[in-house]
Amino acid sequence: MKSRSQAVLPVLKGKKESRLIERGGSENADMSNQHYKRKRDLYPYSLLSPALIGATLIILVPMLFALGLSFMNYVLYRPQDHAFVALQNYRRALGDEIFWLSVRNTFIWVIGVIALQVLLGFITALFLNRRFWWRGIARSLILIPWVTPSVITALMWRFMLDGNTGVINDLLVRLGFLNEYVPWLARSSSALPSVMIALMWQGFPFFSVMILAGLQAIPQELYEVAEVDGAKVHQKFYRITLPLVMPILLTAVLLRTIWVANSLDIIFIMTGGGPGYSTYTLPLYSYIRAYSGLDFGYASTLAVYLTIILVMLIAAYVIRVMRTEDLH
Amino acid sequence: MGYEERNSIKRLFTLHLPVLVITLFAIGPYIWSFITSISPPGGMRVQAGEAIRYFPESPTIFNYVRLFDRINFLQNLVDSMVVATFAMLFGLSLSLTASFSFSRFRFPGRKYFMLQFLVINMFPVVLLLIPLFWIMGRMGITDTYLALVLAYATFTIPFSTWMMTSFFNAIPKSLDEQAQIDGCNRFQAMIRIVIPIAMPGIVATGIYIFITAWNEFVFASVLTGRSVQTIPVALQRMVGQHEIAWELLTAGSVVSALPVIILFFFIQKRLISGMTAGAIKS
Repeated sequence: MKSRSQAVLPVLKGKKESRLIERGGSENADMSNQHYKRKRDLYPYSLLSPALIGATLIILVPMLFALGLSFMNYVLYRPQDHAFVALQNYRRALGDEIFWLSVRNTFIWVIGVIALQVLLGFITALFLNRRFWWRGIARSLILIPWVTPSVITALMWRFMLDGNTGVINDLLVRLGFLNEYVPWLARSSSALPSVMIALMWQGFPFFSVMILAGLQAIPQELYEVAEVDGAKVHQKFYRITLPLVMPILLTAVLLRTIWVANSLDIIFIMTGGGPGYSTYTLPLYSYIRAYSGLDFGYASTLAVYLTIILVMLIAAYVIRVMRTEDLH
Repeated sequence: MGYEERNSIKRLFTLHLPVLVITLFAIGPYIWSFITSISPPGGMRVQAGEAIRYFPESPTIFNYVRLFDRINFLQNLVDSMVVATFAMLFGLSLSLTASFSFSRFRFPGRKYFMLQFLVINMFPVVLLLIPLFWIMGRMGITDTYLALVLAYATFTIPFSTWMMTSFFNAIPKSLDEQAQIDGCNRFQAMIRIVIPIAMPGIVATGIYIFITAWNEFVFASVLTGRSVQTIPVALQRMVGQHEIAWELLTAGSVVSALPVIILFFFIQKRLISGMTAGAIKS
């Protein structure tokens, strides 16, 4: 299993090679190793420092800052009320109906979007792994949604789902699936699923790329042997394809889950959280509290709650990376 | 029916048609946006209740002309271009030396730093948004190019660093060792030997930063918006409260998506190899 996933991780191969070279034992390599060791102290750190300082100043410090704000009453336009209130914001959230609705929606949103993306991504990868004359073109075109700016994704889908001029309504009516136009984004029952479709569109290429990389690393002989043994198509899929793609799929799912849980731009532009609060997710709620309410304290608290939920996923991801990728 | 023929019909239904459907799903929104953008204003349908036209009777570039004429879209393009270009240059220079360090040296804390780079921008953007707005406000740089350049250059450091580390790793260490024997110091070996060989990968990473900066909305909407207005913010603000000029909006979408799609096709292969290599954040 481990060597399998390494085969699709060229980074490792590169590292292994360079390590081999390092150990290669030729006179020159030994000499320069000495050289590297002697000056080991500061040089690599000095190369690292610009990026490290940048990341610390623009990412780490503000994060700690946000943590601090979450313990404060800090509504921007009421400076006289600014004060340290300890856990008051955290308690306020637990009694806040919109908070719980947002948490629920966040889970529905993440699970739904990831499931849709994996499904479509997997199917796409299986097709694109077969040989046909326009495969190159198809592989390129399918990546287009992935590079599409979120704003444009959101606007295009909002346009297509529109209750008056939406082409999706028109198509569904023409094909006989619907009798009349449905205002997809204006009904609380269909708003969240509609936004999920838009995000599925934008994100499924990521999964097909990752899964395709996994598929291509499966040795063809395995299938040939299975065929000799008389395995059926679905047996080959469940016994060979799925288990061998699983490591890379899991990594991709974790990575994407974190990303989707954080994303708010597409929901914000498509529905703005509405109708009512039916498409509020936790990051969106925090953004709206900060952006239109200027309630920086409470918005920070909401962001910290989101972080607490995400930390578990991030930890799982780090453990995976450490296991599959020997960073030393 | 011969075997060959039956086989090709089977392939049509089990391969070509499904792939065609998926491909159409992928590019359909663009096709539809393009058709809308060349329709006359209000021209998607003649009267309310009437079926939608799938192609305008008289295609027009009117919306594109109006976009640049009335809406000041050119200024938005310039803003996006400036921000993305400087974010790219700044981000590249920060992550270039970092990835060289990760690739060429084994030092205490290396593993920790690599993990930190991996994890650092998995944290919610909303967590950063408020303090950055506050801090940049105090520094007086909100609503300037600098605010976005700083933010984007930094946010892309982790992925850029991991990606370039994998490109550097692919270059045999013996090359820079040889250069050192020939009298280069380690810095010269990096500048003269490793960077030129890794150039295609570096360019790909730069384009990745450019695309990310070009596409970003959330930070641009908070940190800027008045005197600096990038395309995503401009497009979002074109959405009115009641009526939406879809012809104009779709024209704007087509114009702003085109550059990134073209750039993306140049780096597609390298980006994917860098991504599946580290399997890190996109």
